[in-house]
Parts: sequence; C-alpha cells; structure tokens
Amino acid sequence: MAVTPIKFYQTGSFAVGGRLLGDDQRSVQSGRQRINSIDCGHRACQGCGEALGARYALDAAMRATGNRMVAVNATGCLEVFSTPYPETSWRIPWLHSLFGNAPAVATGVAAALKAKGRTDVRVVGQGGDGGTVDIGFACLSGMFERNDDVLYICYDNEAYMNTGVQRSGATPPAARTATTPAVGAEPGAVFGQGKNVPMIALAHEIPYVATATVADLRDLEAKVTRAMEFRGARYLHVLVPCPLGWGSASHDTIRIARLAKESGIFPVFEAEHGEIVATSKIRHRVPVEDYLRRQTRYAHLFGDPPRTDVIEKIQALADRNIRRFALLEEA
Amino acid sequence: MLRQIEGSRAVAEAVASCRPEVVCAYPISPQTHIVEGLAELVKSGTLAPCEFVNVESEFAAMSVAIGASAAGARAYTATASQGLLYMTEAVFNAAGLGLPIVMTVANRAIGAPINIWNDQSDSMALRDAGWIQLYAETNQEAADLHVQAFRIAEELSTPVMVCMDGFVLTHAWEPVDVPGQDAVDAFLPPYEPRQVLDPAEPSSIGAMVGPEAFTEVRYLGHARLMEALDVVPDVADRFAEAFGRNSGGLTRSYRTEDADTIVVALGSVLGTLKDTVDALRDDGLRVGVLGLTCFRPFPADAVRAAIGHARRVVVLERAFEPGVGGIVTQNVVAAAPAAEIHAVIAGLGGRAITKKSLSRVLREADRLPPLTFLDLDRSLIDRELGRLAAGRRSGPTAENLLRDLGAVASRIG
Ligand SMILES: Cc1ncc(C[n+]2csc(CCOP(=O)(O)OP(=O)(O)O)c2C)c(N)n1
Ligand code: SF4
Repeated sequence: MAVTPIKFYQTGSFAVGGRLLGDDQRSVQSGRQRINSIDCGHRACQGCGEALGARYALDAAMRATGNRMVAVNATGCLEVFSTPYPETSWRIPWLHSLFGNAPAVATGVAAALKAKGRTDVRVVGQGGDGGTVDIGFACLSGMFERNDDVLYICYDNEAYMNTGVQRSGATPPAARTATTPAVGAEPGAVFGQGKNVPMIALAHEIPYVATATVADLRDLEAKVTRAMEFRGARYLHVLVPCPLGWGSASHDTIRIARLAKESGIFPVFEAEHGEIVATSKIRHRVPVEDYLRRQTRYAHLFGDPPRTDVIEKIQALADRNIRRFALLEEA
Repeated sequence: MLRQIEGSRAVAEAVASCRPEVVCAYPISPQTHIVEGLAELVKSGTLAPCEFVNVESEFAAMSVAIGASAAGARAYTATASQGLLYMTEAVFNAAGLGLPIVMTVANRAIGAPINIWNDQSDSMALRDAGWIQLYAETNQEAADLHVQAFRIAEELSTPVMVCMDGFVLTHAWEPVDVPGQDAVDAFLPPYEPRQVLDPAEPSSIGAMVGPEAFTEVRYLGHARLMEALDVVPDVADRFAEAFGRNSGGLTRSYRTEDADTIVVALGSVLGTLKDTVDALRDDGLRVGVLGLTCFRPFPADAVRAAIGHARRVVVLERAFEPGVGGIVTQNVVAAAPAAEIHAVIAGLGGRAITKKSLSRVLREADRLPPLTFLDLDRSLIDRELGRLAAGRRSGPTAENLLRDLGAVASRIG
C-alpha cells in the first residue's frame, strides 16, 4: 500500500485534524465533501464508541465508493438508536432485517446489484459483536466462503449491549456482564472461552481482514478505504468501547480504546488473502491494569483483596498477543 | 404445448420464465429438484441475468432473498418442512418489510419423528407469517400459479408462497403445458419495487417501530393481504385470458350446486376427492367438493357462498393443530358459523388418502364426530396407551408403534 507522508499540524496527540491540509490529504471527516452517513439526532449514549466507529467507517466507505453504497444492519444498538420510526439518522440507503442475518442480507443486495449490472454500487454489512460472532456467525462464514462482494464491519463492544449488557462470544475473560456476574470463584466471564473472529476470518482467506479501534480514526478510515479497493468478501473488526456496558466515563471512550491497543490486549493488524501484511505497533506500552482500571466491568479485580492473579492472567493474554503479532517496535 | 415432465422441472421452468434475478435456496427433500433445475438453467446461461446463490442454510436463503428484493431484484427461493421452519424468522420479516418474494413450499411433514413425505404441516405452521398462500392441485396449476404469484406479489408488494404437495406433485411426471417465455413476458411486467435501496434516493428500510405506530403498521399489512382477495382472482382471470386455461383464483367448486354434503380441501387430494364424489354421485349421494386455491388471505366470502346451502361440510386437512383440531376447519367455521362442520385429518406424513377411505367417511358423514383422523390404526393407539397406563417404560412412542407394526427388527424399551 502506498503511504503518503502527511504533515502533523497538530501536536500533543496522535490525531491529525487535517483542516490545514489540502483536500486530497484530509481525513474523511475533515473533508469538505463528507457525506455524514449517520446524521446527528440519533439516540446513542454519550461517548458511544459504536456510533463514532460507524460514522467514520461509513463516511470513509462512502468516499471510497463515490457515495454509491448500500448499508445493511443487524439488530443491535446501532440499528435501534439510529432508526426510531418515523425518524432515521441514515442519509444512505439502509436496510435492517434481523439480528442474525445481516451478512446474508448483504449478500442478497450484492447479488441483486450484480444481476442488475450495477457494479458501481457497493455493499457494507454491519453489526455488533453479538450479531456477528454469535447468532450471525453461520451467515458470516457463508458470506466469506462464497467470497461475496461485501465489506462486513463488526463493531465490537464485547457484549450484547442492546438487550442490557449480556455476555457475547466476544466478551473477554473476567469481564462482568449481566449474565457473567462478578460473583463466585471465577467472577465475570470465564477464561478460555470466546471467539476470535478476525483470526477465523483470516482462515477463510478472504481478500481483506483488518482490526481497528476508535482510538485511531485515521487508521480506521484508511482501512475502510483499503477494503473498498478489493472485490469479494472483506472483514473489519472495530473495537468500540461502550460507556454503559463497560462502566467507563463517556469522555474516556477514545482513551480506553487506545489503552486496549497499547496494552496489547487488542491487536491491530491488517491481512490480505490469509496473510498478515501489517500490524500497528505499540507506541507506549502500558500494563493491562491501566486499561482495566478505567472500567467498572473489571471493578471486582480491584477490590479487597485485589485479584492480582486474574490481572496477571489477562496480562499474559496481552503478552501473548504482543509476541504473536510482533506488536512492539524492533529496538 | 403439453410435455411429459416432472412437476419440479415444470415449476423450475415456469419460475425461470418469470426471469428472477436472484435465486437462492438450500436443499431439502422434496424441494431439491426444483432448485437443481434452476441451478442448471442459471449456470448454463439459459436464465440470465440471474444470480444463483448457494447458501449455508434456509435462514440464509430467505435472508438473501430479502436483501435482493429490497435492492430491487426479483427474488425466488424454495423449501419445505424443517427448512421452512428454520427460516421462519426471516419469513415473517419478509412480509413485514413488504418484499414481493416468491417461494415454493414443497409440502412435507415436520419432525419429530422425522418424515420426508407429504403433508401440509409446514406451510400451515406459517399461515400467520403475512404471506399469501396458494395451493396447487396439479402440476399444471403449480407451474401456472408461479407465474401468477410473481404478478400478485409485485402488485401488492407482499410475498407469496406457492404450496405444492411434496412427491405427490413435485416428483410426479405428467403432461404439463409449461408457460412459454413470450407469453410470460407479456403477462408479467418487470419488477418495480415500491421502496428500493438506491443511492440516488436513499431510504431506510426496516426501522424500529414503537407502540405509537406498530398497530397501524401491522393493520396496513393486513389490509394489503385482504386486497389480495380481489387481486388473486383478477390475476387468475387475466392469466386465463392470456394462456387460455383456468388455474388459480380463490376457490374452485366441483358439483357443489345441488350438494347437501360438501368437502373442503386443498392441494393434490382434490383430484382423488373429485373421483370419489363422482362415484358417490353414481350411487345417488349428493356430494360436492370445494377446493381452496388461496388459503391466506382466507377467502371467507367465497367459501360461505359456495357451502352456504349444504347440510354439512367436511373439511379434509393434511395438517392439524395439536390440542385443537383442524386448522382449515377453524377458518371454515369462522366463515360459515351456521353450518355443521366436521374436520377430517388425513394423509399425515405421506399416508395415502384412498378413494375407499374417503367414500367410507363421506357415506358416514351423518355420524361423523367433530374431529376424525382418517385411517387411524386404533389398535396401535390402544396398545400404546395401555403400555403407558401399565406404567411400563414405553420408550420413544414412534418406535414402539413401529415395533408393533413389525417395522423395526431390534428390541426397544
Ligand atoms: C433472534 C433474536 N434473538 C435475540 C434478539 C434480541 N437482541 C436484540 S439486539 C441483541 C444484542 C445485540 O448485541 P450486539 O450484536 O453485540 O450489538 P450491540 O447492541 O452490543 O451493539 C439481542 C440479544 C433478537 N433481536 N433476535
Ligand atoms: S449501550 Fe453502549 S453501544 Fe449501545 S448506544 Fe450506549 S454506549 Fe453505544
């Protein structure tokens, strides 16, 4: 992928505002032609990572497709907070059918467009981690296996938020949810369970798989843009902290997403045709404790006595990611 | 032109002549030959442009059809039995979204016990899904109904299920005049969606609706379905004009005018019933048959008009509602509350419905209880009930029954 060096006009953070840059170098969000796929007035919680991620991802996809795009949505927070009938936040053609079928519905849209010879219009499917890794998983895998021309984006807030924060197959160990309460010998979600869908997607050897977080929105935009350069099945897994479910401060969403990446607990990488081609290196490595402490879903780890044993186990998971994906800069 | 052809193949060709743009299905007996036929027609380029999507489940099949239809393509799928139930959530959803998908249901019993043969428990279980349901009597009608189904569905923006008895029709070879391409093209205009996913005019489809409007939205769906009571016969008339034969419509009467006993039924059993009625008439019994081609919406007025004068009505059903009785019967009762109505459940899981049994039941119509199971093996039931009463471990009921019949060699229980 060709890298265009851009000037950092903004210091003190890793973000590039871009308003001082020329149009071709600007981020999608600061671009004058930004479509604003998901408009203001939706009903997401303050600081909702999913709302933020969806807006950046879809706006980037819209730019990449010259605004010729259809979005298909699974049931979940994103669908519910964006379309309280008779209002809608979507300024793009948007379809919601069910909780477990968004990948297949997107396949149907792609098939229709293909039959109609509308190769210019592209399809994005999207859903939460529940709709993606659990109930919609068969449809997702089928869509990958057929290599349907769909970009599927999973907004991973690590639980079923829309129904009141219950465990999903993507809920991390030790996290408290309504169905993995912080009681008993092993409080929170148990270790050794969970589904790593980015790696499963990779194993399908589809053209493009990537992970991203809402801490690095420029990276998210770049990955969506890259994804739209491919035809066939593509998968993007975005970590989107949920203040309500994670018990974090609304203003901490970006910080927590960044800590997830900088601790190594959420590896950020890109893969093409089954091979990892790029990883986002950790810039300032932090212990997982810094990440965990900001979320009351892990509060039971910091009680009296603190569960240092559990924190160590989580640290070991992060360390494994760091080794496995070579997340540290070479010295 | 009449051709000796398998029912499934006739349907596949009729569907292909409707130029669906997306066909998507998952195999299940006895539906398989239909989609195999379509797969071949698409792959060979005979049916083009069309995408044939091989999916991982029926749930995905209906979901693909939903996406395709919402994107403005004519979409078709076919299934049966467990497959229909597996896609149930999406079946309801398609109707709620007002998508004119056409689906063939090759009627088959639902397990357990697993049984691949014909009855109509599957489509009957989905009678409340908001789909128009048409039932074919013959393979000619099955082929013709599909052509009409696309037109009805698209006129009303409501999905249509064409139900044909599994094996009895799907696997039967008989002469069929498969509607020709030019005639179908003249009869069926291209699909023009009411609401479509189009970047040029973005719309949100499938929004969340709260209590303030949900009832109204559902009512509109009901009203749309009730409109079908005009559209279905109208399309049948226009089909008759274009193709020179009558198939479709709401109901079909056979020798009912002067009948004091009328049998109401749907599907392929109507042929056997007509033969039975002819024989009974020869013996001086005044019997007639009312066939229901359209079951959803229920053509209450037409049914009332057709059976109003009869002394009694026997509803012959290939499905039933456990704990209640006849499904169709309840609809007939609601349409004609004054009539004396008996439910006869017949042909479950593929059991043959013979003229002999039918004439016995109709000769005894005077003495029929409200609910009868045709050809029920009472001794088998009594033995099993006795076993249960004796408190002995009974094991799986179906297997006990089979053992009593000598159909399983091994000892069970
Ligand atoms: C078949 C079915 N089962 C359950 C539900 C209830 N339900 C709606 S959204 C949801 C959870 C959504 O979780 P996720 O996909 O992670 O998205 P989030 O709300 O967290 O963004 C559930 C369980 C449903 N709509 N359909
Ligand atoms: S519950 Fe979480 S995911 Fe849902 S709207 Fe609120 S912050 Fe967003």
